[in-house]
Amino acid sequence: MIIDLKNISVSFDGQPILKNLNLYIRDGEFITLLGPSGCGKTTTLRIIAGFLEPDSGEVVFEGKVINGMPAYKRQVNTIFQRYALFPHLNVYENIAFGLKQQKLPKEVIRKTVEEMLALVNLKGFEKRSVASLSGGQQQRVAIARALAVKPRVLLLDEPLGALDLKLRKDMQVELKAIQKRLGITFIYVTHDQEEALSMSDTIVVMDNGEIQQIGTPTDIYNEPKNAFVADFIGESNILDGIMHEDFSVEFHGMRFQCVDKGFGSEEPVDVVIRPEDVDIVPPDAGMLRGTVTSVTFKGVHYEIIVDIRGFKWMIQTTAYAAVGDEIGLSIKPEEIQVMKKSAYSGLYGDYSSFSEEFDELSDPQAQTEENAAEESL
Amino acid sequence: MKKTSLRAKILNAPYIVWAILFILAPMFMVVFYALTDRSGSFTLQNITALAVYKETFGRSIGYAAVATAVCLLIAYPLAYIMARSNASKQRTLMLLIMLPMWMNFLIRTYSWISILANTGIINSLLRALGLGPVQLINTPGAVILGMVYNYLPYMILPIYSIMCKLDYSLVEAAQDLGCSSRSVLRRVIFPLSLPGVVSGITMVFVPSVSTFYISQKLGGGKFLLVGDSIEMQFQTSYNYNLGASLSLALMVMILVCMVVMNRFADEDEGAIIL
Repeated sequence: MIIDLKNISVSFDGQPILKNLNLYIRDGEFITLLGPSGCGKTTTLRIIAGFLEPDSGEVVFEGKVINGMPAYKRQVNTIFQRYALFPHLNVYENIAFGLKQQKLPKEVIRKTVEEMLALVNLKGFEKRSVASLSGGQQQRVAIARALAVKPRVLLLDEPLGALDLKLRKDMQVELKAIQKRLGITFIYVTHDQEEALSMSDTIVVMDNGEIQQIGTPTDIYNEPKNAFVADFIGESNILDGIMHEDFSVEFHGMRFQCVDKGFGSEEPVDVVIRPEDVDIVPPDAGMLRGTVTSVTFKGVHYEIIVDIRGFKWMIQTTAYAAVGDEIGLSIKPEEIQVMKKSAYSGLYGDYSSFSEEFDELSDPQAQTEENAAEESL
Repeated sequence: MKKTSLRAKILNAPYIVWAILFILAPMFMVVFYALTDRSGSFTLQNITALAVYKETFGRSIGYAAVATAVCLLIAYPLAYIMARSNASKQRTLMLLIMLPMWMNFLIRTYSWISILANTGIINSLLRALGLGPVQLINTPGAVILGMVYNYLPYMILPIYSIMCKLDYSLVEAAQDLGCSSRSVLRRVIFPLSLPGVVSGITMVFVPSVSTFYISQKLGGGKFLLVGDSIEMQFQTSYNYNLGASLSLALMVMILVCMVVMNRFADEDEGAIIL
């Protein structure tokens, strides 16, 4: 264990940002703090970096409490959202910045900078001014600069947010490769669930200043703890249900076999079914039947919205159904995930107001809002 | 190449007339007077006569340099603190800095006389405390104080405006890479604020070196500066030719200073001089 956050609370202007957060981070792991705008993920990162002091709680680094230790004494380095490269220095001087501060011999600095440039595939860029670089290249310089000082932990604050999709995918692979090669701990902050799923060893899902779930990407996706996690990671149909007994759950007025147990008898629960886990069958052969209200071709699959007794399901399938068709739905017991009721119950999981356009529009705006809110800290 | 349209010509006309009337014509007059004698025939006598004013030039440059240095020492930390303060504090500080500028330059200088005079506010206070009168007015210090007081805002404003634009994440990045506050200042904040410093230095040094009146009133006429000499040639001696020659020398000197400063600022790009 390299970092341990104990009972961390932070509020700003009376507004709680982090509520009694507990999190430990193992040495050498790639851990991602994932959550929507204002969930406190960047604040958590800033506390680890030393830019922000928690109101209460302890920050432990390798067994030592480091509350109050200024940022420049900590063995962690940050990749900033907009890179924060020094505009008055060229690429070489930017990467050498931290090394010069350590007053290392010139020869050592030169060698390290060369190594770092090779690591991020920027050989020959030494003399270039940072303003002349593309976003992706600036990103690489920022990574090289932070890694040059050999940190124990690298903090990455939405580092790929400003890059276009293609470049972002490439950088994801590269970052993961760098992390594996150097074997140092990466703490990665993002609101992009796909990024989190594809890169992380561990994902910490946060909302409202609280940790909702900690787990491996598979755990988080397959066994979400509550409606928030189920909705935030991937697409989910979330239904009201009642757990009659172990392995038997009721929703839509029907009993289904499932693999979950340990709930109280007749306990109200949330039931999650992923869109890709539903099979389309003829109406008579289905466990549920409904009418198709919309079909969207997605390349790999169709995205079909089905109205079942007023509740709209999303189904992702390679089978085609036309709007207005009456279809049957078949679900295997292991595809049904039963969750305890939470504060998030009933807020998510119905696709009746589903609109992709809205989804995409709300994203960048939410991001700028978060920047404004978290920078003011 | 695009031909200048008639429209553009018409739009440019007022500026060109303005430039000819108020910039080129006076400059030409200065050069003309400097190189002629009273009868209007060519002579270098006025230029060679400048040798007499060696000391005056030296004093002007020296005082202006000291005043500029003092301004920088006061303005830099102040601008830094201002840029880091919250919005309402920034507004208040800005108002306090701008407030004296709303008053006439002469009135401000006169008020310093009544503060520094032998029977002035400070000396009355000292006398009451038994510390007894101290010679404040008519000293080089008083002249420099006058310069600093009058031109300080011109040093604060350009530095402040650069500091405001400074991306705070650069400061955090420097801390992150191991810089204590002092190293952050030395390695990041100062180099990035250099264009503001350069333009502040120019904006204080140029008026300081050419100022008159301050030295007459606060220096008691004992420490004549170039500006005073020029004024005397025009107002008392009616020797326009020597006055013009002095002005020309001053102009050349300022021009050289500005070229040097601009070159200096260009290296760090983004200078905002003139």
